[in-house]
Amino acid sequence: MDLLSLSILELHDGFMKKKFTSQEVTRAYLQQIVEKNTVLNAYVLTTQDSALEQAAESDRRYTEGKPLSVLDGIPCGLKDIFNTKGVRTTCCSKMLERFVPPYDATSVTKLREAGVVFLGKTNMDEFACGGSSEHSCYGPSMNPVDPSRVAGGSSGGSAAAVGGGLAAFAMGTDTGGSIRLPAAFCGCVGLKPTYGRISRSGVTAMASSLDTIGHFTKTVGDSAAILQVLAGHDPRDATTPDVPVPDYLKDLEKGVKGMTFGLPKEYFAEGVDPEIKESVLAAAKIYEQLGAKVIEVSLPATKYAVAMYYIVMPAELSANLARFDGIRFGSRPKQEGESMVDYFFNARAEGFGAEIKRRIMIGTYVLSAGYYDAFYNKALKVRTLIKQDFDRVFGEVDALIAPTVPLTAFKPGEKMEDPVAMYLADALTIPANAAGIPAISIPCGKTASGLPVGLQIFVPQFQEAKLFQVARAYEDALKI
Amino acid sequence: MELSQEQVRHIAKLARLGLSDDEVKKFSTQLTNILQYVEILSEVDTSSVEATNQVTGLKNVMREDAVNGDWTTRDELLGCSELPVERDQIRVKPAIE
Repeated sequence: MDLLSLSILELHDGFMKKKFTSQEVTRAYLQQIVEKNTVLNAYVLTTQDSALEQAAESDRRYTEGKPLSVLDGIPCGLKDIFNTKGVRTTCCSKMLERFVPPYDATSVTKLREAGVVFLGKTNMDEFACGGSSEHSCYGPSMNPVDPSRVAGGSSGGSAAAVGGGLAAFAMGTDTGGSIRLPAAFCGCVGLKPTYGRISRSGVTAMASSLDTIGHFTKTVGDSAAILQVLAGHDPRDATTPDVPVPDYLKDLEKGVKGMTFGLPKEYFAEGVDPEIKESVLAAAKIYEQLGAKVIEVSLPATKYAVAMYYIVMPAELSANLARFDGIRFGSRPKQEGESMVDYFFNARAEGFGAEIKRRIMIGTYVLSAGYYDAFYNKALKVRTLIKQDFDRVFGEVDALIAPTVPLTAFKPGEKMEDPVAMYLADALTIPANAAGIPAISIPCGKTASGLPVGLQIFVPQFQEAKLFQVARAYEDALKI
Repeated sequence: MELSQEQVRHIAKLARLGLSDDEVKKFSTQLTNILQYVEILSEVDTSSVEATNQVTGLKNVMREDAVNGDWTTRDELLGCSELPVERDQIRVKPAIE
């Protein structure tokens, strides 16, 4: 039996029926990491010994008939932005290359309490800034489908790990598409939940009003099972609303009969690869065959999303990253200088890579005296328009269906010297962050050259149960 | 909108960010391109639109003003610094001459 191909729910079932153990599965994944990580660069740190101990403990619980959850004994990768007590957490930045957090992120605590096995920390663009993982101080993660291409970003290591069979699931963060884009590139399922649905506590902040925690899985059902464990209010994150967490698995297989879906015409505009459009429209046809009604809708503010984002995000980022000055947090610079001010300049010059510097510069500029209203306040108003578009169409449709990314996985170096070209890859993922709504990317066939295409589905805030139901219907239809 | 090298140096100073001459030159061009791109927002009429600062409707989330000791200790947090720690304080370079 190929243990690496099994979903979380299948692994749990196997553990329950004593078909195999968590130690066997964990060893299989660790072996896969040994064989493939040199090429894929998915992990920047592996925690083999503690993983095997965690697996042994999990096996004891199954023997006693007392697993902690469906995730008990399941091997997972954590994006290197999740604080892990006693385990180096770098955000793939030289700034934090020696940082060992004194506590776990809330999401890590919840996974630990659910019995999850931690295989290691996965690669990412520095401080989650980028769409290709090329901005990692450890170099890019490569695409398991075609290793001459990037895995995407910023959570590229997590996507490569799940796509390449180096983890049963992996955690990521999504501020403008950093889970959905690499999920689409690597052919896995990537969930960005409602803003505040999963606590951000202990996950290094990038842009606080947009940051969400989510995960990569092989199947939609697995994605629902993980959200079940992670969703909910956390006193340590004041932005987690106390909205009840429903049973995400209950309606999973109920299908889409009688539902209405919208195809937002702006998501099929110029600049979107024709093969991607074709795949997504074919998916819409399948939904019609499954009994759903599909109509065209319009979200006119979509074309302003990237510009809005590249003002709001750097503004928040420049404030959040001010804490990295080499005093309380961050690397002590080689050249310290004479004064405190010199020390700040040197610590930040040595610690941050080019993309972080660029974004700190933009953020500082748009917040500076005389420009605040023209840039920042204007962008916040445009954000309102983007949110209003969604509010309006969700009066007519249950969900929206669109491509995840306008293009497929590209080659390293293609967009590194042209920041605007890199930013445009986020054009179809940013709006969900702007509106705080949940979105999922699921595999939707391949292009003629064999590269995966992502189908993106949006629903209103806190309706993840419906999101999984809609995604699952398509996944099931492909199996038949 | 163009960002001169002089302006780039000024912003870097505000951000306490050391930049090399090469970086100043490169950022002047790249940041100008980015700012030109975001100018597209000026074509949107937002005269009657409110700004969005949060999306889920939360307001004034309060908690007890109490030390929560079950999270981390003072020593663990001080241990995050790479600078010398003396009497529960991080020793830094002089801030004023």
